Amino acid sequence: MSYVLQRLLHGVFVLFGISIVVFGLTWLTGDPASVLLPLNTPPDQVAQFRHQLGLDQPIPLQYLAFVGRAVRGDFGVSFRSRTAALPLVASRLPVTLELMAAAILFALLIAVPLGLIAAVFHRRPPDILARFIALLGQSVAAPWLGVVLILLFAVTLRWLPSSGADKPQSIILPAIVAGAYSAAGLTRLLRSSLLDVMANDYIRTAHAKGLPTRVVVLRHGLKNAVIPVVTFLGLQITFLFGNTVVAEALFAYPGMSRLAVEAITTRDMPVIQVFVLLAGALIVVVNLLADLAYAWLDPRIRLA
Amino acid sequence: MARPAHPVGLSGPVARDARLPFRTHPAALDRSLDVLHDLDASAMFSLGVVALFVLAAGIGPLLEPRDPLAQDLALRLKPPLYVDAASGMHFWLGTDGLGRDILSRLIEGARVSLLVGVGGAFLAALLGTTVGLSTGYFGGWYDALMMRIVDVWQAVPYTILAIAVAVILGPSLPNVILVLGVSTWVQYARVVRSETLTQRHGEVVVAARVIGAGNARILLRHVLPQVSASIVVLSSLLVGSMILFEASLSFLGLGVQPPTPSWGNMVLDGVEPIRVAWWVSVFPGLAILLVVMAINVLGDWLRDRLDPRQRRV
Repeated sequence: MSYVLQRLLHGVFVLFGISIVVFGLTWLTGDPASVLLPLNTPPDQVAQFRHQLGLDQPIPLQYLAFVGRAVRGDFGVSFRSRTAALPLVASRLPVTLELMAAAILFALLIAVPLGLIAAVFHRRPPDILARFIALLGQSVAAPWLGVVLILLFAVTLRWLPSSGADKPQSIILPAIVAGAYSAAGLTRLLRSSLLDVMANDYIRTAHAKGLPTRVVVLRHGLKNAVIPVVTFLGLQITFLFGNTVVAEALFAYPGMSRLAVEAITTRDMPVIQVFVLLAGALIVVVNLLADLAYAWLDPRIRLA
Repeated sequence: MARPAHPVGLSGPVARDARLPFRTHPAALDRSLDVLHDLDASAMFSLGVVALFVLAAGIGPLLEPRDPLAQDLALRLKPPLYVDAASGMHFWLGTDGLGRDILSRLIEGARVSLLVGVGGAFLAALLGTTVGLSTGYFGGWYDALMMRIVDVWQAVPYTILAIAVAVILGPSLPNVILVLGVSTWVQYARVVRSETLTQRHGEVVVAARVIGAGNARILLRHVLPQVSASIVVLSSLLVGSMILFEASLSFLGLGVQPPTPSWGNMVLDGVEPIRVAWWVSVFPGLAILLVVMAINVLGDWLRDRLDPRQRRV
């Protein structure tokens, strides 16, 4: 229980750090008054405006006011679309979540069989091939992988759409782009973790009592090798998220990252703020879930 | 921050000038040169690729067949191996949408990638090593506070940091290096800290302290050399990912800005004409793939040689 509490506290602490970053964004980009008011506004009107917005208050007080508004979901109005920033970005969140889930699924679909094969055929050709594929995945630039996939599956073979999200199969190519790097890392981790586990005495015992290799590897090996994978997925989520941003931009996929990239070019601060906060919160939650799953899988963590 | 208690209180001029009569573990960096003797085939090949890449980056302008920025709209989107009939010029890898020579831009882009990879890793190593050494050595509230900051930092994805920096400072080459450096330093901080912790009460540190060496001297002359193998290994593994990050950031328009060619913004240049001219983005992406693969193979190999304990993921 104290472990769960400790992880929760850590998550809150991280969120606090992210809120400072978000608050800092408004400040470091210049005085909002000079951005929002016309150039030739008389000084007394500027001062009045600053007073109205609370910009003449000390910065810690301004931060508290910011948090107060944030807790009520008030992040201001998008400069561009003239609607409230929070619902605007949040409405795109499910699309991004779906894409990330698909990317994780893709990573697992590649990594689990590949990692298994590599470990079972340690230092033989299938292992070498699996390691080479993993190396490719860790060395390929995400936007370029996307371009090659478009060339292959959209332009040449015409199997899959190259942009948008209007068909169910539209998610396939973006998910591959978002998940490839994680798939490669997972493959390597699963392979080495499985090799470690397979060196244990209980595996030798399982072999010795005559269990078929399939049962030894899947029941005794894989089950224990999965534990570090959970932690890895938690840490990997930041990279996966980064590649989701690339995938959404390349495939014109209507998630919240694409909205944010557009907002940067127009310097639409409220939208950028909400995006940074939501993305940060998302990563905190995923890491928390990974920590909890880790403790659930491995009683040694929970009881330590 | 608290100065660790001296087991023996020495003071005066003798103590200030005191040096250990031997150098502590000068081996770490020498070892990385020694190991070059037993390169295996894939590591040898990778070393060749990296050397070629560094060479191209170093003497770039001498190798470039044309000015990488020269536009010629009459030569738009010419395919690889194209020879211009009027001037007799060869375009080995074709031209992009503005009629610029892709081979020349690729060579110019190598400088940007190398600068970003090495610059980012250097900045991260500098920040991370400073924090790691000091927290591991001094401990106490300073260590606790810095480690909480490291925790928070680790949860902020580099893309978000890049967006913040791009918005605040504007996107540019130095800012890309800044983003990559400040988003990866925590990895150095963690590794260096944990290694420093094991050195803190080691014989070498105690011996140095007994003869009166100050904290700065102990950290720089006696602890740093012992953790340097880890720093070398971590850097070799990070340079590759830095090059990939640059590609992603430049692709999003948050990185290196045109007309400066970077492999990332060259891939972006090829997205629009993808249906008619595959070569515009395929070649820079292949260059990234080749170089990062080579760096990763070398990094893994170096890790196995220098630091068997880190043989993990």
